[in-house]
Amino acid sequence: MLKIALLVLRKDIAIEARSREIVYTTLLFAVSCVLIFSFAFVREEGVPVEGAAAGILWIAVAFSGTLALGRTFERERYGETLRALLLTPGSRAAIYAGKLSGMVLLMLGTEIVLTPMVAVFFHASFFARPLQLTVLLVLGTIGFASVGTLFAAMLVRTKTRDVLLPILLFPVTIPVMIAGVRGTAALLQSPPDEAVATLWIGLLTSFDTVFLVLALWTFEPLMTE
Amino acid sequence: MKKLFVPLVVVAAAMFAYAPVAINNVELESTMLLVQKIFYFHFATWMALTAAIVVCGVASVIYLFKGTLAADWYGVASAELVVIFGVFGLFSGSLWGRKAWGVWWQWDPRVTMATMLVLIFLGYLMVRKYGGPGSEKLAAAMGIFGAATAPFVYKSTDWWRNIHPNTNVMRTLGDKFPGAWNLVWYCVAAFLLLVVLLLTARVRLEALRAELDRMYLALED
Amino acid sequence: MIRRVFCACFSLAAMSARLLAQPGQEGFVPVTGPVTEQIPAAPLVISSYAFFFVLLFLYVWTIWRRIGRVEADMRALERRQAEGGPRR
Repeated sequence: MLKIALLVLRKDIAIEARSREIVYTTLLFAVSCVLIFSFAFVREEGVPVEGAAAGILWIAVAFSGTLALGRTFERERYGETLRALLLTPGSRAAIYAGKLSGMVLLMLGTEIVLTPMVAVFFHASFFARPLQLTVLLVLGTIGFASVGTLFAAMLVRTKTRDVLLPILLFPVTIPVMIAGVRGTAALLQSPPDEAVATLWIGLLTSFDTVFLVLALWTFEPLMTE
Repeated sequence: MKKLFVPLVVVAAAMFAYAPVAINNVELESTMLLVQKIFYFHFATWMALTAAIVVCGVASVIYLFKGTLAADWYGVASAELVVIFGVFGLFSGSLWGRKAWGVWWQWDPRVTMATMLVLIFLGYLMVRKYGGPGSEKLAAAMGIFGAATAPFVYKSTDWWRNIHPNTNVMRTLGDKFPGAWNLVWYCVAAFLLLVVLLLTARVRLEALRAELDRMYLALED
Repeated sequence: MIRRVFCACFSLAAMSARLLAQPGQEGFVPVTGPVTEQIPAAPLVISSYAFFFVLLFLYVWTIWRRIGRVEADMRALERRQAEGGPRR
């Protein structure tokens, strides 16, 4: 199963490396998200609103992630490759795992660019506890992407796919978002509140486990039509 | 089974007719006085909601993995009930909170998670309506995820401190406030009966629709 | 069948609404104590319960209407079948 997952991942990376369309557009969208928030949340003196940094980072991640999900599966649908993938002998869950890893890598790449940007624009000390922040971001990304990949895959042939994906995805990933934002906010305080951050990391882990298990379990019956 | 429907409706109507009278006559609670009386229906509605979520979750699993059509009917019926009871629960909680906390809304974990549950099941109904053919399975996936997050809503008040009353309130209610104890469970029983009746009626609508489709198809042959 | 049941349910609830009027007035009497409440609680309680019954009746009514429509369609189909049948 791992081999198939890795193959799917390599295929996605190879396709993407040629045009880099999804990577660039997602990045640019995320950056413009943060810029809009900067203009919305800056006060008259030019000082940004305190405490907004954590939320803005995660919102930008969620929005750009949704966009990337839509684009990735749109490409699959366009090339009719999804059906070909599903016809391969081998567990469907492996295909899911492969697509999930690709999505996680893409979102992590976006976060690498976004985090310093938000830190600079909103005067937030993101790098006081870099290890915990990284763990938070990685776990949150996995949680978000696990549900997102499942929903995007199951909606791929629906006509109202673009608008249905956020409607379905955002409520389900609210626990992940809350945990991510609260954990990041705890790390941004001075001094950083490590105990609270660790609590949220623990909760995030349990959410991720539940979502991953559910997604792997339901992927197969959802894709057989 | 079908013969029970009418008498049960009468029973339910009688219970709901009596409930406001009983609620008016029960004694006032010492700290929150009159506004606490919202609690009787508020708590009962969340119990009904939990029952509906369990039904939806189980029905969704059965439909997704076995393809039983009746499971899909129970899924959509219970999802509608989740939204209705959830909206009422949030509304009554908001009114109660206006008096008890001073604000119409507060982002405490239980309120947030409850709103999220209502949104998830609204998404269930949306995807059925606008998802095109084959959307019943997609909706079933939403139902499963919604049912999986429900336990977190319940436990959220125990895990972190907040202003929402935690689960200990119900455990000690019997000792501190005996007049309310019976009334609470009476309301819960009335609401659960209501869930059963509404489910039956709504599932009957779906069954009739399926029968109608079958008749159309038979006519075309 | 179900429509008759709903009829009975409505009338029963309407009768209980009249009973509701009497106990409701007692609810407006303020509780003993010198402190006056800034936010009156009675309207909140009443509107909460009223909202529930409104919601319930709306939902039951929509089910009733939809079942009625489906049953009407079924009867029309049966009539068509009966007409088309003997001719064959």
